[in-house]
Amino acid sequence: MTTVALKPATMAQALTRALRDAMAADPAVHVMGEDVGTLGGVFRVTDGLAKEFGEDRCTDTPLAEAGILGTAVGMAMYGLRPVVEMQFDAFAYPAFEQLISHVARTRNRTRGRMPLPITIRVPYGGGIGGVEHHSDSSEAYYMATPGLHVVTPATVADAYGLLRAAIASDDPVVVLEPKRLYWSKDSWNPEEPAPVEPIGRAVVRRPGRSATLITYGPSVPVCMEAAEAARAEGWDLEVVDLRSLVPFDDETVCASVRRTGRAVVVHESGSFGGPGGEIAARVTERCFHHLEAPVLRVAGFDIPYPPPMLERHHLPGVDRVLDAVGRLQWEAES
Amino acid sequence: MTVMEQRGAYKPTPPPAWQPRTDPAPLLPDAEPYRVLGTEAAAKADPELLRTLYAQLVKGRRYNAQATALTKQGRLAVYPSTTGQEACEVAAAMALKEQDWLFPSYRDTLAVVARGVDPVEALTLLRGDWHTGYDPYEHRVAPLCTPLATQLPHAVGLAHAARLKGDDVVALAMVGDGGTSEGDFHEALNFAAVWQAPVVFLVQNNGFAISVPLAKQTAAPSLAHKAVGYGMPGRLVDGNDAAAVHEVLSDAVRHARAGGGPTLVEAITYRVDAHTNADDATRYRGDAEVEAWREHDPIVLLERELTARGLLDEAGIEAARQDAETMAAALREHMNQDPALDPMDLFTHVYAEPTPQLREQQDQLRAELEAGADTEPEGGTHR
Repeated sequence: MTTVALKPATMAQALTRALRDAMAADPAVHVMGEDVGTLGGVFRVTDGLAKEFGEDRCTDTPLAEAGILGTAVGMAMYGLRPVVEMQFDAFAYPAFEQLISHVARTRNRTRGRMPLPITIRVPYGGGIGGVEHHSDSSEAYYMATPGLHVVTPATVADAYGLLRAAIASDDPVVVLEPKRLYWSKDSWNPEEPAPVEPIGRAVVRRPGRSATLITYGPSVPVCMEAAEAARAEGWDLEVVDLRSLVPFDDETVCASVRRTGRAVVVHESGSFGGPGGEIAARVTERCFHHLEAPVLRVAGFDIPYPPPMLERHHLPGVDRVLDAVGRLQWEAES
Repeated sequence: MTVMEQRGAYKPTPPPAWQPRTDPAPLLPDAEPYRVLGTEAAAKADPELLRTLYAQLVKGRRYNAQATALTKQGRLAVYPSTTGQEACEVAAAMALKEQDWLFPSYRDTLAVVARGVDPVEALTLLRGDWHTGYDPYEHRVAPLCTPLATQLPHAVGLAHAARLKGDDVVALAMVGDGGTSEGDFHEALNFAAVWQAPVVFLVQNNGFAISVPLAKQTAAPSLAHKAVGYGMPGRLVDGNDAAAVHEVLSDAVRHARAGGGPTLVEAITYRVDAHTNADDATRYRGDAEVEAWREHDPIVLLERELTARGLLDEAGIEAARQDAETMAAALREHMNQDPALDPMDLFTHVYAEPTPQLREQQDQLRAELEAGADTEPEGGTHR
């Protein structure tokens, strides 16, 4: 056994590595999107792929998202495994008809005869000072579409593992990449990347006894920070990183809530009609007799994404998470 | 050098110089729709091909009539007819080789049948049964596509993938005049031209998008002219002249197969029936217009040519009719049998494996069924 040398790597680098490894492992894997070739993507996630695998495998497409996803459907029909990059969350909307009416349904429509193994990478979320249409949390749209898997990494290792799993999946998978974590660093061994985890498993990022913070993607570091800060208040918070929104890991989430008896769901997406409502309902339906307080939500406001100068007021931060934890009816304890 | 590199190689342009990237003249459609029947070109047409086209048209007309009748008997939920458009439907299927792919819209079940799919399987969607009754890979026919023009980028992607793999495959995608207004029409043609994908786009201009006439749909000189803006040739053809449609589509398929890239074909035809059995065409057009088009009917045109040249006699006409009747009788018989659908199948193919959430819902339905909840409300819920 040799000692594994861990090196700091960014989430973007891990995603690049996942694409490269998937392309090397399977000639059917094709990367396509706007600026993914020569430029390497606006976030450089596809950096070097066109050079290494040629432009037929990593293709700069015309600037048309419905066309990108629509042609990817045809390519998947012919046995390829397209990995599509939508440049920004809000730029994915033109592709929604292809996504909802075809990508998500064709397996079902053809009684399993025509599966579409397409991976759709969507940089999402705010906190990067982006102008309008560059900071949306669009996960609720994808979650509400049967036939799609929806995953979102919060760590460097998960970025690699989830993207590899998405590309390996015979179902379409939307990979929501938290933009503001692209440059987050972690110790990671690029020579022996994390094994490909099956899609659909949440993970307890931080064990705790007082309450559970249920979160995902860009809000995971916020919750980890809140959990540290909460120690001063005497709260020992557990943080569950969902990683996969569809399928949803009721088992891990509910096991945690049954242990702690209290839960707060944290995400950037708006609260009305957002993922938190579904998660709170699921937890309440399954853990009602273990709950000491209603499941609370800390979410973005129900507003169009604000201008960069105001986004700090919109995004759920540590204080807002701690406020919610404080409202979990602790007086009942005494 | 890869295919993409050939297409996308970056060439710096000196600032003051500008040159057209492509000469548009060869891409322009002719001023008149191309015709064979009743012209000198007819003499060069293969008699055997004309006779086959005739038999297919007669069968296609009977298929349209039978399917329409089945809606009245409650055996089909809905049927968008191609009566009057049989030449386009039949020629589209016949222009393709075995290994090629057909991308139909919801109106194109006749083309799907002409391609070899069992009529009962082709009509599964329209009878209220599961969406695609046939295996798309068996006859290389994509699922019938209901959202307009969205099948076009699929055809481009499939053809592009085949070309990347070095396979000899052409995709032919069908769309109506209304569909050309959709964004996906534009994006598909643009991708096809940029990638030089082996695709043929067949627009059946049948005059109406449900009730809206072409004049409210576009200000283009013709729909075929739209090709020029993408850098591909546009061809205009008389969509009721089966020999002409077959020739133009075959040429376009051959061109694509040889690496020449995509072609847009506009076939001028007419939707003799209403949009579907649920539509009332008298609200937006007069009988005189329909009657005028009946004079230019695809079967009439071909029959006239064949009989004038002694290639078809009464016995031949009768044989074609008999053949069509046999098909119609078989279709009637099969469609009169109730399909057996399993409610538990609702969950089977949403994903490769049902999610835990779907398994829970599956259990719920199973319990409901076991409790005897499988009784349909009076009058049915699915029509």
